[in-house]
Amino acid sequence: MSVRVSMKVNGKPVSADIEERTLLVSFIRENLRLTGTHVGCDTAQCGACTVHLNGKAIKSCSIVAMQAEGADILTIEAVAHPDGTLHPMQAAFKENHGLQCGFCTPGMVMNALDFASSHPNPSEQEVRESLEGNLCRCTGYHNIVKSIMAGARAMAAAK
Amino acid sequence: MHAFQYHRPTSSKEAIGLAGQKAEGRYLAGGQSLVQAMKLRLSSPSDLIDLGTIKELAGVKVSGSAVEIGAMTRHAEVAASAEVKRAIPSLAAMAGMIGDRQVRHMGTIGGSLANNDPAADYPAAVLALNATVTTNKRKIGADQYFKGLYETALEPSELITAVSFQVPKRGAYMKFKNPASRFALVGVFVADFGSGNVRVGVTGAGPSAFRQTEMEKALSAKFAPEAVAAIKVKPDGLNNDLHASPEYRAHLITVMCKRAVEQALK
Ligand SMILES: Cc1cc2nc3c(=O)[nH]c(=O)nc-3n(C[C@H](O)[C@H](O)[C@H](O)COP(=O)(O)OP(=O)(O)OC[C@H]3O[C@@H](n4cnc5c(N)ncnc54)[C@H](O)[C@@H]3O)c2cc1C
Ligand code: FES
Ligand code: FES
Repeated sequence: MSVRVSMKVNGKPVSADIEERTLLVSFIRENLRLTGTHVGCDTAQCGACTVHLNGKAIKSCSIVAMQAEGADILTIEAVAHPDGTLHPMQAAFKENHGLQCGFCTPGMVMNALDFASSHPNPSEQEVRESLEGNLCRCTGYHNIVKSIMAGARAMAAAK
Repeated sequence: MHAFQYHRPTSSKEAIGLAGQKAEGRYLAGGQSLVQAMKLRLSSPSDLIDLGTIKELAGVKVSGSAVEIGAMTRHAEVAASAEVKRAIPSLAAMAGMIGDRQVRHMGTIGGSLANNDPAADYPAAVLALNATVTTNKRKIGADQYFKGLYETALEPSELITAVSFQVPKRGAYMKFKNPASRFALVGVFVADFGSGNVRVGVTGAGPSAFRQTEMEKALSAKFAPEAVAAIKVKPDGLNNDLHASPEYRAHLITVMCKRAVEQALK
């Protein structure tokens, strides 16, 4: 069985015939070939698959693509400026050494972008709480927390 | 995940009609429990009836003594709702403790209560705030709703449309989080309605949420932490798993209840 799914991804309308059981993350990675969104656990624990659905961070491994029918999806591919200039949040991760292997980073950045939009100057405690749904096996989190605090302030300053 | 057919009704009526026709059909709310279960093949419905675009099922209404929350209202919306924060701040705070940010953006109150996970948070609030679960067929009182492990009073294809909570004089929810899953190892919701009417809802400890009547009695006589501090809960029938023993959970009920009362008095 297949269904037609249509949505906007990174500002562009996309549609495809897919199996109903296709997860949003599979649609993004396999149909659209946008492989910046990662699958770390496939059990809703790690947050590596985080994308924005109508501006809100969600785990794309835990919904079927049809749940995003008609929605606006933003993935890590569209976060930097088209000329390659990093977004202030990405730049903050780079400057603060907020990544090592980088596997968790797309999910960390997508969650941080949504969080920072409502927390222009977050405390360390708030940032740590915001990371409940994201796991990192490398950094020990300290530099991720530093990155997000700096990134949030840089975003607020750029407004 | 097994194959299924997907439906996207735009009204409750259409959704209920579809559910009635499909023997193995299931409603899909946020998918935060159901899609997980389907991926593990613990659940394999023939049809998914997505409630996501039914506008009449979402939103918050406050009327003097009650707060009514539509079934499709997301946890993040309840946590951020100025109306809920004003009327029952402890309920908004509880919604903000569910899972993580991403889960709260998708998960719904209707899905949580239909699922009735033994460690879910909303069941404790429903019991303590003497809520009424409204379905397409009837109104179900809190004390009649929870039936056991993942079991509720809902009949097949019965649709939760809204949940109405009574506004207490004061209340609080204290949750001892499982550090890995963020679900409640034990969570206790205390609500004081005044004139000696106190309700205590406990989740995470047993197969399904329950009221702790001994603590309710003690707190009705005196709403203070020391009223419950000496109560020793019996571990019989409490959950035993790799996270905690029944004895540990029994101990946590008293500790969390005491802390909830302290918080409610602040
Ligand atoms: C990583 C993670 C952490 C979590 N942590 C917590 C936590 O700490 N505390 C907590 O309470 N929960 C937690 N959850 C569960 C979360 O709150 C879910 O959102 C909730 O249990 C189910 O809601 P849903 O909207 O996603 O429902 P779904 O998964 O879509 O549906 C669940 C069930 O309810 C049925 N259903 C849905 N809506 C209705 C309706 N209106 N009428 C009748 N039946 C309906 C469905 O058919 C299905 O059987 C967590 C989940 C994840 C993935
Ligand atoms: S892959 Fe989605 S949460 Fe881990
Ligand atoms: S940088 Fe390796 S998992 Fe986070």
